[in-house]
Amino acid sequence: MSTTMSGAPTLPTPRGPISESVLSALRGNRPAFPGVDGAPPYGGDLQLALYCCYELHYRGFRDVDTDREWDPAVLAVRGELERVFLDALRDDVPSGSDVEGELDALLAEHVDAFGVSHHLRRHGELWQLREYVAHRSLYHLKEADPQSFVIPRLHGPPKAALVTVQHDEYGAGDPERTHSKLFADMMAELGLSDAYGAFLGSAPAEMLAEVNFMSLCGLHRALRAALIGQFATIELTSSPGSDRLVKAMRRLGCGPAALRFYAEHVEADAVHEQLVRREVIAPLLKAEPESASDVVFGVRSSTFLAGRMEEYLLHHWNRGESSFREEAYARNP
Amino acid sequence: MAEDRRRVVVTGEGPILVHGPVDVEMPDGTRVQSDRAVTALCMCGRSRRRPFCDTSHRRRVRGKEGEEDP
Repeated sequence: MSTTMSGAPTLPTPRGPISESVLSALRGNRPAFPGVDGAPPYGGDLQLALYCCYELHYRGFRDVDTDREWDPAVLAVRGELERVFLDALRDDVPSGSDVEGELDALLAEHVDAFGVSHHLRRHGELWQLREYVAHRSLYHLKEADPQSFVIPRLHGPPKAALVTVQHDEYGAGDPERTHSKLFADMMAELGLSDAYGAFLGSAPAEMLAEVNFMSLCGLHRALRAALIGQFATIELTSSPGSDRLVKAMRRLGCGPAALRFYAEHVEADAVHEQLVRREVIAPLLKAEPESASDVVFGVRSSTFLAGRMEEYLLHHWNRGESSFREEAYARNP
Repeated sequence: MAEDRRRVVVTGEGPILVHGPVDVEMPDGTRVQSDRAVTALCMCGRSRRRPFCDTSHRRRVRGKEGEEDP
C-alpha cells in the first residue's frame, strides 16, 4: 500500500493556498480545499497544484503514497483546476477548424521571427542557455510520455503512425538513445542536475502550464484530438528551433553530449513532421472530421502557452535577470 | 520478393520518406546509415545535413501577414 518509487522527486514548496492544500492532500491529509474560481488560471499556485496532481500519473513523489493517483478527493480538485485552465484557454485562443491552414502556418519559416532560440543563437549567454535547459527539463525528462497516454484512445492508421514516432522518441529499443536520456546527458554536460524533478521548484508558472496542457490532453479521451494538435505543434516547429540551439551551443563552446540532443531533433523531427501530418492527422480527420476544431485548439493553445514562456524568458534576460524563481538556483543551479 | 519491398513516399513538397533502416552511398563514396523506422532524404538540395532532410525546403515568409520572402 504505502509504496513510493525510488528516484522520485520530493514535493515542491507551495506557491499559494491552492497548491498548499493539494500538496497537503498528497501527503495523506484531508485539508479543506479553497475555491478555485477567480484564481489566476496561468498563475504559479494553480499550475503547480495541477502539475503535482498530474505527476502522480508519471513518476510520483517521494513520500507520496501511490494510491493518491486515484484518490477521489485529489481527482475532484484536479477536475476543478482543469476546468479553470481549460476555460481560460478557450477564451484566450480563437477557435477554428482549418487544420491544413493551421499546419501550413506552422511550417512557414518566418525569417524575421525572434524568439528564445534566435536570441540564444545570436547573442545568448551560457547562463541563459543553462536556465533554458533547466526549465525545459520538466518536459524533456519525460519526453514523449504525455503523448503516449493518447495511444489507446486512437484506432487504426493514426495509432500505428503515432507509435512509429514514439518508438523513435524512446530510442528505438536502445535506452541510451531515448530522447529523455539524451536530454539528461546534455544536462550533466552543462553542469545541471539531471535528477528527475530537480528543477520543478525553480520553474516559472509558464513552463508548468506548457507541460500541464500536454498532460491534460493526454489524460482526457475527450481531448485526444487536441493532444494530436499539441503533438503536431512540437513536431512541426522543433527542427528549425533545434538547429538554432545547435548553433548557439557551438558558439558557446558546449560539448558533444549537449550538441547531440538538439542535433538529433533536427533530423528526427524532420521525419516526425511528415509522419504526423500525413499518417496521424490526415487519417484521423478522414475518420473523424468533427475533431478538426479540437486539433486546431491543441495547436493554438500550445502555441499560445509556448509564446508566454518565451516572453517570460526574454523579459528576464533582457534585464540581465535570472529566470529561475529562486535565488538559490540562480547562484548554483 | 514483393513482401520485402520498401515503402517509399515521394512527398513532392519536401523529402522522400523511406521506411526501414537505410544505408546511403554519397557521391564521394562515403556511406551514411540511418536506423530510424522512417528516414527523410533531402530532395531540395538545401539541407545542411544531406542526405537527410533538415526542413530547409520550407517556405520562408516575412512579416506578420506571412507574405512570401522574395
